[in-house]
Amino acid sequence: MLFIKCPYCGDRSQNEFAYGGDATVKRPEINKEVSDKDWDNFVYLRKSPRGKHLEFWHHVSGCRQWFKIQRDTSTHEIFKTFKVTEEI
Amino acid sequence: MSQDYRLDNIGLINRDKKVSFKFNGKRYYGYEGDTLASALIANGVHLIGRSFKYHRPRGFFGSGVDEPYAKVQLYKNGESEPNVSATEIEIFEGLESESVNCWPSVNFDVGAINNFLNKFLPAGFYYKTFMWPKSFWYKIYEPFIRKAAGFGVVSVKHDKDRYEHKYEYCDLIVAGSGPAGLASAYAAAKNGAKVILAEDKPRFGGSLLTDEVNIGNQSGKDWANKIINELKGMQNVTVKNRAQVFGYYDHNMLVMSERLTDHLAKPKKYTPRQRLWYIRAKEVVISSGSIERPIVFGNNDTPGVVLASAAKEYLKVYGVLVGKKPLIFTNNDSAYETAIEFKKNGINPLIFDSREKPSSEIINEAKNLNIEIKFSHVVVSAKGYKKVKSAEVSKISKDKNTLGKIENVDCDCICVSGFWTPTIHLSSQSGNRTKFDKNIDSFVPNQPKQKETTVGSAKGTFTLEETLKTSFETGYQLSKKITNNDKKILTPSVVEKKFTKHDKFWCVPLPKGKKYKRFIDFQNDVTVSDIELALREGYRSIEHVKRYTTLGMATDQGKTSNLNGLQLVSSIEDKIVPDVGHTTFRPPYTPVTIGTIVGREIGKHSKPTRKSPMHTWHKENNAVFVDAGVWLRPRYYKKGNETLFQASKREAANVRKNVGICDVTTLGKIDIKGPDSAEFLNRVYTNAWLKLPIGKARYGVMLREDGMLMDDGTTTRISENHYHMTTTTAQAANILSHLEYYLQVVWPELNVNVVSTTEQWAGAALAGPRSRDLLKKIFTDLDVSNDNFPFMGYLEGNLSGVHARIFRISFSGELAYEINVESNNGNFMWEKIIQLGKEFEIQPYGTEALSTLRIEMGHVAGPELDGRTISYDVSLEGMLSKKKDFIGKRSLNKPAFIAKDRQKIVGLVPIDKKTSIPEGSHLVKDVNAKLPNPKLGHISSSCWSVEFNNPFSLAILKDGKNMIGQKLFAVSPLKNKVIPVEVVSSHYVDPKGERVRS
Ligand SMILES: [Zn+2]
Repeated sequence: MLFIKCPYCGDRSQNEFAYGGDATVKRPEINKEVSDKDWDNFVYLRKSPRGKHLEFWHHVSGCRQWFKIQRDTSTHEIFKTFKVTEEI
Repeated sequence: MSQDYRLDNIGLINRDKKVSFKFNGKRYYGYEGDTLASALIANGVHLIGRSFKYHRPRGFFGSGVDEPYAKVQLYKNGESEPNVSATEIEIFEGLESESVNCWPSVNFDVGAINNFLNKFLPAGFYYKTFMWPKSFWYKIYEPFIRKAAGFGVVSVKHDKDRYEHKYEYCDLIVAGSGPAGLASAYAAAKNGAKVILAEDKPRFGGSLLTDEVNIGNQSGKDWANKIINELKGMQNVTVKNRAQVFGYYDHNMLVMSERLTDHLAKPKKYTPRQRLWYIRAKEVVISSGSIERPIVFGNNDTPGVVLASAAKEYLKVYGVLVGKKPLIFTNNDSAYETAIEFKKNGINPLIFDSREKPSSEIINEAKNLNIEIKFSHVVVSAKGYKKVKSAEVSKISKDKNTLGKIENVDCDCICVSGFWTPTIHLSSQSGNRTKFDKNIDSFVPNQPKQKETTVGSAKGTFTLEETLKTSFETGYQLSKKITNNDKKILTPSVVEKKFTKHDKFWCVPLPKGKKYKRFIDFQNDVTVSDIELALREGYRSIEHVKRYTTLGMATDQGKTSNLNGLQLVSSIEDKIVPDVGHTTFRPPYTPVTIGTIVGREIGKHSKPTRKSPMHTWHKENNAVFVDAGVWLRPRYYKKGNETLFQASKREAANVRKNVGICDVTTLGKIDIKGPDSAEFLNRVYTNAWLKLPIGKARYGVMLREDGMLMDDGTTTRISENHYHMTTTTAQAANILSHLEYYLQVVWPELNVNVVSTTEQWAGAALAGPRSRDLLKKIFTDLDVSNDNFPFMGYLEGNLSGVHARIFRISFSGELAYEINVESNNGNFMWEKIIQLGKEFEIQPYGTEALSTLRIEMGHVAGPELDGRTISYDVSLEGMLSKKKDFIGKRSLNKPAFIAKDRQKIVGLVPIDKKTSIPEGSHLVKDVNAKLPNPKLGHISSSCWSVEFNNPFSLAILKDGKNMIGQKLFAVSPLKNKVIPVEVVSSHYVDPKGERVRS
């Protein structure tokens, strides 16, 4: 079980959180034209890297904030956690 | 029976408390502090079970978690537990136990015939023998194997014991309380760290309890006692015995199982039997010690062959002799301690040492005590069936390949020692890639992946002096890192005997013409010849050899067999052990009861149960409840002897005719506030939301980004910047997360806040042609006429002094309202409505009637919004705005989504108007068509239409739009039914939707 530092609440056990997918994916802007390819990339295509991965998590049983984690997918090492608005 | 093998003046057991217990129906006596194993040996009982494959007689081999044989079925307070290790369970008054794996009895075992048929039972025999013919597997082979193999019998009764979970955080956890663990824990605790010290056995001290050593002018045992007592008195230290740290998981999460009452005859009522600890530690010290390694020889599984260290522990801890004519067979110095201990207690041991000319302090001591030692000698095989009677011994050549003349030596036990294997399980579990240490011929921890440090013999440090030095230093350094304190304890002086090197020798060759079984894995009956066969048949990877032969796969996980197996593979393959590599260690280190893992999460506690504020009323009015997600909802209200079918029909018919009331508290409710709320709803829902007036509700549908339907519900504009959203019961939590994601991550510029109010409001739906008349009675000062309060209207009112929100919305398709009041007023509201509704013949209705009503109206719900349908499929395409963008819109032009023959919702009526169509049935055109018969669609929801009094179903059907009037077959292989059906409109009742607006 991972030990995750919520940027708002501090260190908590994994069972308080829900995983939210790749955090480098940006939703195309609403009300703007988007090509089939770009939309397809956004909806379906994800990388599955071995190593560092930036991902969203949701503190579901806590402050209910979404935030970002940089995690190693093979060792589970968490390098850093950020608020959604923060960059690496 | 007297305790013939018990000594009077040695041991740590409580002689003042005699304990009686039963084994295989016979009563014995032991003392408080005995294990079942020590008490049985004291009584001269050495035969405890039969082996797994050959049903050979088996006794005791070890004295703790390493024990491969001595598994018993335990009976206590009417409960039964299989595979309890006799070397671990402590006896208590009234304990009852039985041998496992033997039938009809341990002394006469029918399965022992396997021992003579062994050519049919070689390695991989399960794979080879029982694969063919295939049809034999289920009926003949499998039941036979299940009965003949395996260990104890699992109780099928409900486990009445209580188990608990506990979460703990600490600076340092120390696994194992031998010298290394005590020293690390003590140094860290003295330096201010929050420490948990865990010991698997009842007694603390590990090897200090049995080794003749001195620490700081005290015996090792006294020093251990002193340290433990001091630790117990410290506020920052938790000390636990009978607690096994069995798993090392990510981010320094250690899991420990604590046995609280297994050793007690009558535990207190609410004391849990076992407790599972989840411990998050900043640093971990692994001081799990080492396990003695056997030397493999002929018939080395005969009862009476024991590990030399176990013999010493039985003597020094329990005052029990494993035999009175012991033969010690060793390749190293440590077994000399066992020999000396026998000698001191008046027993003459005989030492067979494989080494040629070893010389050390302890060997000299043995010589001085006149113990007979034979160097360059080995035990070739044990003689005796149910107990060792003698041993065949021989001289062995320097290269260990050639035996000399075989002689017979009388003995009643053989204490074997093949040096020591560090217990690296926890370290390996943590991700440490272990390395092979040639000096000790074992794997030891290498670079840690997590924050763990291994000390003592678990790391391959076999001198006490070095162990204490490094452990004190480790405890100090780790605690300093965490606490920033700098208080260092001096390492005490140590007196111990110096040992010389062990012999690299673990398998005695077979004498010419002999075919003794030489066991490597005692629990799974894996012999030297099994491994040789596996290698001959081409298995090379140790993981494959393991699975093919089942080496190390038993409940003891090969604690005494893994290294000897590796050694054998490496010598046959002419490789070195590290190249062969060891198999992966996985938790749990020792078996853990399922009860402990489950903890208190059983029955009704397995998940939270949510009840509406009106729950008690439902119960008192004969509601039969159903699980709806985590909620309990009335399924129907039983009158007299009614069945579900009859009751739900009655309830639904009353809604169509008069008025019904349904508890809709469970619907997800989300409060939405902020100046950009309308814009947000406009992006989240597929239809337009910017112009919804205050005091109006609107039905909305949400999609996922891939265009699939996600959820539906109504949202009401309460005031300028305040909306009240409802979701389906099942999706409530997901939708809130979904909204939060878009607000926090995607569109943070929108000034909107969302919060769940599901539990804040109690809800009642009033449905039926007479609901308006009833509403008038409830809210006497409100104008609820159709003009003032039309369909999709919203009002606030005073319900006998309680503030209420009233929505004119309908799920049943009838004229209907939903009334919400604050939760604590829910029951008041409900009773008030029931009371006022009497004159309108109000009846409560449950989820079954609710389903019936919505299905025959063609309203979609969970079974239609199953994640595989789009708006078109459920005829909600009219709600897709063409003018604005929304979540998932861009996905809707996919070719499959706009295909001409795209699936669509339809209604189905059986041709005979009688046979109900099972949900999940498939639709086909021709029931006799060649397989695979093309599937045209599936039945999503079924009901008995109360309007037409015949079965009616909703289905998602290919090209459903053009299929109305067609005749198809609904096929349910599960229910073995083929039903001819006619396709009709999904809006079976009131297709124009006039009633809701009436
Ligand atoms: Zn948080």
